[in-house]
Amino acid sequence: MAGYLTNLLLLALLVFILVLVIRTRRLFPVVILAGAYSLVSAAMFVNLDAVDVAFTEAAVGAGISTVLFLATMAYLPAFEKTPPEAKGIGHILPALIICIMAGTLLVVAAVELPPVGDPMAPPQLHVAPRYLEESGSFLKIPNVVTTVLASYRGFDTFGETVVVFTAGLGVLVLLAGFTRTARATKPGRTKSEPGEGGNA
Amino acid sequence: MRDNPILRVTAKILFGPIILFGLYVQFHGDYGPGGGFQAGVIIAAAFILHALVFGLEAGRRLVPGWANLAMLALGVLVYGGVGVAGMMLDGLFLDYNVLSGDASKGQHYGILLVEFGVGLTVTGVMLALFHAFAGFVEADYTATEDE
Repeated sequence: MAGYLTNLLLLALLVFILVLVIRTRRLFPVVILAGAYSLVSAAMFVNLDAVDVAFTEAAVGAGISTVLFLATMAYLPAFEKTPPEAKGIGHILPALIICIMAGTLLVVAAVELPPVGDPMAPPQLHVAPRYLEESGSFLKIPNVVTTVLASYRGFDTFGETVVVFTAGLGVLVLLAGFTRTARATKPGRTKSEPGEGGNA
Repeated sequence: MRDNPILRVTAKILFGPIILFGLYVQFHGDYGPGGGFQAGVIIAAAFILHALVFGLEAGRRLVPGWANLAMLALGVLVYGGVGVAGMMLDGLFLDYNVLSGDASKGQHYGILLVEFGVGLTVTGVMLALFHAFAGFVEADYTATEDE
């Protein structure tokens, strides 16, 4: 029951941060609030006993993303552009209808979901029991998350790693011509050597 | 930020322990929360802290661009390599049981190596992204100075 109340409190905090993000026009507080949002989510994951996810959320969402946003922000204006004045409700009506409809559908679907942590929920009855039993006795690795991630679902994780690799490479190729060292050393550098700017 | 002694000293003191913690998270993922993804981010954070305090140039000297790219590619190669090694040893792709005589030991080796590959790639990507974004800004400044 205490965990339930904590979750409610954290969810309320998330909504509060979201409202602040929407209402703020200065970009610096928005970036910091986004970090705070990740941190509160991480706390919620801890409360749901998903420490590995919480760890990732805290490290990636609250840590690195904030720094990357700040690094990019140094080159953006400090304020968000103010949107053109809305004329009446007709301006937002289509978006409002879609939001309400999608929200209603989600709530209806959520009511049908099994309760959190229900051992008889369908996802817990398929392959999960085998993973839980084997991980400790056969693989002798106590952290089931690691065995599922790296062994039972190793192929998926391989795909994830390749996605991270491809995303990084894509950004590097896009930005390669714009980094300072790339310009300072060879202005006429060909595009066939993306990302090697730091080499010089 | 280079001129602030508090930041400089703090960054110097924290640099080692952050990397040590990253390595702990990397190789302790079997027994506690953590693994390659988290460890990669934490280790990258140490180098990003260094670059933030001592400047991007110092960060680039510490981890040059080619090292970033090498880490990025090596991680995927290590992961894929473990999979191919399984095939070479008469198993399936990413079958760790055959990596050692004892199946559960093989699983241990496989998971450790695979997580190491993930960590390498994530560290490389994070550092490369930071250098690219932070360097992008500086490039913009130099461009205006030149003109």
